[in-house]
Amino acid sequence: MSELKDKIRSFVVDNFLFGNDDGLTDGASFLEEGIIDSTGILELVSYIEEEFPFSIEDEELIPENLDSINNVVNYIEKKSS
Amino acid sequence: MENKQQFSKELLRIDPEKEVVKISEKIRELMVNRLKRRGIIIGLSGGIDSSVTAVLSQKALGANRVLCLQMPERHSADETLRLSSLVADHFGIEKIHEDISGILESVGFYRRYDDAVRLVIPEYGEGWKSKIVIPSVIEKKEFSLFSIVAQDPDGTVIKKRLPLKSYLEIVAATNFKQRTRKMLEYYHADRLNFAVAGTPNRLEYDQGFFVKLGDGAADIKPIAHLYKTQVYQLAEYLEVPEEIRKRPPTTDTYSLAQGQDEFYFSLPYDKMDLCLYGKNNGFPVEAVADTLDLSPEQIQRVYTDIDTKRATTRYLHLQPLLMESIPEIQR
Repeated sequence: MSELKDKIRSFVVDNFLFGNDDGLTDGASFLEEGIIDSTGILELVSYIEEEFPFSIEDEELIPENLDSINNVVNYIEKKSS
Repeated sequence: MENKQQFSKELLRIDPEKEVVKISEKIRELMVNRLKRRGIIIGLSGGIDSSVTAVLSQKALGANRVLCLQMPERHSADETLRLSSLVADHFGIEKIHEDISGILESVGFYRRYDDAVRLVIPEYGEGWKSKIVIPSVIEKKEFSLFSIVAQDPDGTVIKKRLPLKSYLEIVAATNFKQRTRKMLEYYHADRLNFAVAGTPNRLEYDQGFFVKLGDGAADIKPIAHLYKTQVYQLAEYLEVPEEIRKRPPTTDTYSLAQGQDEFYFSLPYDKMDLCLYGKNNGFPVEAVADTLDLSPEQIQRVYTDIDTKRATTRYLHLQPLLMESIPEIQR
């Protein structure tokens, strides 16, 4: 597992699941699995903006960028490149 | 299962006379058999929902068993007090004016709110007005995050997306308003041995458009089963003053005027009602789209947003959760 994926996974599991990953896969949709609601999306956005040196534009607030561990990792890698 | 019926706005039409009789009987039955209180308290805002709830209570119990509370504060719209008086006086219901600005000042609401806004707009201060808004899901596919819209004393408007901390602080502070009002409603209910009526319509109840232990707290919710369009039908039948029936729905919560559809719902209430009805009754998005003159993709986004809001606000409906059930106590 990449260091970035590990970091995102840790945040999601610690913050939303109280440390119990409960079989969460890297490709699972946060919304469909009921892990994150709309306030949770805001928490995720704030976390990314605090931890990484870029802002998330309004048009980037889409499931393809934010709705799974893999999607978040891909998005951050794309923004950081 | 998919509903094959023809979808139309007429599906929301009710027989208001029958509905008033049904609600009146139910209110009386619940007061006698469940609540065992002698009358009803209603926070009267001058909006359509609280007005109809007040009149239904008057029809059910008589005007002498209904007390309306008018509870504006310094951010309330100027006409709030006049409009709520118009309803109470028209139907001969007693009203008490309780301005809650002093209580809000004491708990630090105004300071806390301004501090929260200053986290994103440092120059925000005396003479400024603001509100929070959310983009409509029908226009874009992005997640909808709240923004603050602030107007300086010269009329210049600034809009900024809210980060988590300031969003939560603003909402938490603002919720003081609904909870203060509910505290006063229960004060008067306790001293009169009355029950407290909540005033949500079905759209608000279903989508969690209320503050837990604020306007969400009540002993009885007489119009929670009615779509807002149907509340308007009752209002016309009950002869609620036209000025109230013609007024666009507003939250009357923030210092800048704010429509419910820019704060919470994806669409104006009449369209939102039809989407919720369509979804609840298994109508395909294409059928609803034709009626509303929107695309099936847009209706699908509204359907999805309805589910998202239900999931996000589910906890607002929950009673305190116990570790074990206590069978002797009925909940």
